Amino acid sequence: MATVTDDRIAADPTAVGPPRSRVARFVEAWPPSVLLALGWIVAMLLIAASVEWIAGYAYTAMDLRARLSPPILFGGTERHLLGTDELGRDVLSRLLYSIRMSLLIAFFGTLIAATLGTFLGILAAHFRGWVEDIVLTMIDFQASMPFLIIALAVLAFFGNSLILFICLMGFHGWERYARISRGLAIAANEQGYAGAVRQLGAPAWRIYGRHVLPNIASTLIVSMTLAFPETILLESGLSFLGLGVQPPLTSLGNMVGYGREYLTRAPWIMLAPSAVIVLTTLSISLVGDWLRDRLDPTLK
Amino acid sequence: MNAPAAPLLQARDLSRSFRVRRSGGMFGHAAVLHAVDGVSFDLTPGRTLGLVGESGCGKTTTARLVLGILTPTGGEVRFEGAPVPAPGTRAWRQLRRRMQMVFQDPLGALDRRIPVGQQVMEPLAIHGAGARGDRRGRALELLDAVGLGASFFARYPHELSGGQRQRIVLARALILDPTLLVCDEPISALDVSIQAQVINLLLDLQAKFGLAYLFISHDLKVVRQISHEVAVMYLGKIVEQGDPDRLLTDPAHPYTQALVSAIPVAAAARRRPRLILKGDPPNPVDRPAGCAFHPRCPAAVDRCRVDTPVLKPLPDGRLAACHVAHGEAGSARLVA
Repeated sequence: MATVTDDRIAADPTAVGPPRSRVARFVEAWPPSVLLALGWIVAMLLIAASVEWIAGYAYTAMDLRARLSPPILFGGTERHLLGTDELGRDVLSRLLYSIRMSLLIAFFGTLIAATLGTFLGILAAHFRGWVEDIVLTMIDFQASMPFLIIALAVLAFFGNSLILFICLMGFHGWERYARISRGLAIAANEQGYAGAVRQLGAPAWRIYGRHVLPNIASTLIVSMTLAFPETILLESGLSFLGLGVQPPLTSLGNMVGYGREYLTRAPWIMLAPSAVIVLTTLSISLVGDWLRDRLDPTLK
Repeated sequence: MNAPAAPLLQARDLSRSFRVRRSGGMFGHAAVLHAVDGVSFDLTPGRTLGLVGESGCGKTTTARLVLGILTPTGGEVRFEGAPVPAPGTRAWRQLRRRMQMVFQDPLGALDRRIPVGQQVMEPLAIHGAGARGDRRGRALELLDAVGLGASFFARYPHELSGGQRQRIVLARALILDPTLLVCDEPISALDVSIQAQVINLLLDLQAKFGLAYLFISHDLKVVRQISHEVAVMYLGKIVEQGDPDRLLTDPAHPYTQALVSAIPVAAAARRRPRLILKGDPPNPVDRPAGCAFHPRCPAAVDRCRVDTPVLKPLPDGRLAACHVAHGEAGSARLVA
């Protein structure tokens, strides 16, 4: 009897009031799309962490007798589940290594950009005057300069190494965080909670660390989730141009770039990494959106 | 008025000007805006000075100068006999324990991500006052003093009403036992029934803690209710200052007369003729020569256009800055 009532309440989405079933409450707190997205992100992280043990082949291992072999359900063999590329390298294994490389670059790139941008933005908001002018000039410079040209110049001068490439990604898009954090911090200082706390005699670290940053974090997190896919795509674009991750190393963009030549004959080379890019960026956007709502006590 | 005690707060010839760019696009030239121009007043402990005037007349700038949030460009503020230090310095931060501010918009002044109880405790943490374990008890005491129960401790600002939020702001301002509270339009964001509650609370708190208030408002009736002395500001200057009852029943300065005539009166018999001022308040960048009020003044005479009146006592003891009120204009006093 009791289960029947429970089912009825759970099945009725308009049911209000305290006697909601546990399932309904759980679904409201953790929407299925977010759970799927979180699951996907966790899977990607696990792959990135354990790729040496789960990849069947090294990403450089060639099987010249099985070049351009199709995936298993399209006439391929179980030796290469997602087929092979033009050199007979296993697409699945390369995909797993690429996931690690791209996540590494996008994660640290986004983190560097967010940290740098937020720091400069708050610096500008705190000191105003000439400090702010310098930061604003840097923002305008960054925004007006095509990033590809900067990247080209830097990579041409300093050569290409992974660390340098990640730092370069970190310089992409920092101006957005700087603008957001500067604007919000100025607004908070002028007449809001931050001005009130300063008036109480709080030192700067307390104003920004305990009040301003937590308050603007939701905006910054959403901005980060938007920038994360962009960084993946930028990495893909640069790798495609031959400026990013250099062979024999592999990344998602690198795979898409080199797979493009075989788009008509062997589409799986390009489709597998493309699907991973789409699903990962979508998952991060979904989780970011959900996280913003969760972090805001006024929306509880 | 009681015998004057040693003043808690002294403002002497306080001025603050801002550099602004005149309108006119790229070709607009820089100009100087005198937001506050030669304001002087004293405030004794446990008393209230009401500061009234139109928006833009320099009330809030005066409040920020008094608190040392802005540095004056001329004159000085002395608090308990010592000049108020420069903002952001260690001495200035220490002084926050003695002088506090209440804001117009209580929701904006509270951090909406932190429970209000934590925010009431925060000044203690900032100044390292009291043992960590005692802070919560002290915050609950203050919540009780402003008429909120312990159940409010864990609530968030958006869960409270406007009046409750303003009580939280008051509790936070009072937890360090200040002697001066600067209230910048503390009730103008609240609706009328709540206004009365907050005013009564302010009066109770003054009686209980011996606070001095600098009370800024544009609501003359509220100012009359709470103040021991009222100063009327116009374009950065005090034009009339004195006992609230006398000032509001028999205003001497034509500007005060116009303000008083704008107070709605319920009884038809007591209704006064409404004085409607001509024009808008002038741009403080283009302060008129002579008395700043003369372009809108119904009683202005030639002298008002050239000679700036000074604030000086009338026969009944209050201060006014008006040639006409002092009988120096050569014409009869304006009868309201």
